[in-house]
Amino acid sequence: MPSLKDLKNRIESVKSTRKITKAMQMVAAAKLRRAQDAAEASRPYTERFNAVLGGLAASVGNSETAPRLLSGTGSDQVQLLIVMTSERGLCGGFNANISKLAKQRAEELIAAGKTVKILTVGKKGREAMKREYGDYFVGHVDLSDVKRIGYGNAAAIAADALKQFDAGDFDVATIFFAKFQSVISQIPTAQQIIPASFETEDDAETALYDYEPSEEAILADLLPRGVATQIFSALLENAASEQGARMSAMDNATRNAGEMIDKLTIEYNRSRQAVITNELIEIISGAEAL
Amino acid sequence: MQVELVSPERRLASYDDAKAVRIPGADGDMTAMADHAPTITSLRPGVLTIETASGEESYAVTGGFAEIGAGVSVLAERALPVSEVSQETFDGWVAEATEAQTNAPDDAIESAAKLVADMVALGGEIGLNAK
Repeated sequence: MPSLKDLKNRIESVKSTRKITKAMQMVAAAKLRRAQDAAEASRPYTERFNAVLGGLAASVGNSETAPRLLSGTGSDQVQLLIVMTSERGLCGGFNANISKLAKQRAEELIAAGKTVKILTVGKKGREAMKREYGDYFVGHVDLSDVKRIGYGNAAAIAADALKQFDAGDFDVATIFFAKFQSVISQIPTAQQIIPASFETEDDAETALYDYEPSEEAILADLLPRGVATQIFSALLENAASEQGARMSAMDNATRNAGEMIDKLTIEYNRSRQAVITNELIEIISGAEAL
Repeated sequence: MQVELVSPERRLASYDDAKAVRIPGADGDMTAMADHAPTITSLRPGVLTIETASGEESYAVTGGFAEIGAGVSVLAERALPVSEVSQETFDGWVAEATEAQTNAPDDAIESAAKLVADMVALGGEIGLNAK
């Protein structure tokens, strides 16, 4: 039986924990709104870009001169997994879910005899993967100093990946991130970015375009940008998902802390009462003995 | 005519009543007006001007592409209203292009050099000097 003082200390400490989680939840809510706005703002670009690139790829894609970024190297032996997670923890299962998916994929690929390389973006994913897959790491991108994710961050990651691709270091690249569905649901997603894959849209908007300078030149110019664009929108999705996950995790924590405080308060009152009763019994039995 | 200028980070401009757009295309400037033949062109660094009934708006763009169809969508990698391009921002762009030129492989050195030249020319157009 803990003493009254112990109980009181426990209650105080849980109360301050609740204050912290409550504050974190509100901060996450504010950041979530900002992240969602950023994701929203990038949508017109991404949509137009993919439409144009998809159309181009469909018309040039099957020719023999198609760029390697589109047609691939003809092999899928060396696989690069780009695992994007957050820099901070305390966001529920967010990081664990992404790394779980990546681990699963890595496991499958290794079992199939492929060579796996892992590039991590964000500290938490690196920590989660390090123990089992540390030997496969080929690089890490640190975004902990980045307050607001910009296109520049994505372009830098893309440039790095493209350089490795051009050097023949890998054949297929896949990004892992969490798609933002709602505050309570973020879906871990794997998306192949090299060679480029497009969701074929059947909206048959096949206006015959003139191309300047030429179809091939534009495609060759656009494909690397496409990689950056995909990484950029994945980073934005991830940022929104992270804040969403943190918000619901902190909401739960706040509620749990509240329940714990209630329970501890009852226990505290009971023991206080027990102490008083004990004292009364002592006094009464003392008086009776006289 | 509908005109849209978007960068990956935000939509910069959207007009429903534009009369003409002057686009710094990779092969030279072009002006798109209503009923222009459907065209996709890549952009070189330059100034993009949108002409509307109420006046002209100019934006500095560093690359990307434009799709001319029923309307015009310009997808610029980076774009800023000309008045917001500071010397510092411009220096950053030039430095980046110059660095890309230094690191460019032999078969791409020409296009990298052109990029630097275009970037410097862009500065000239908006009244900024490259260092």
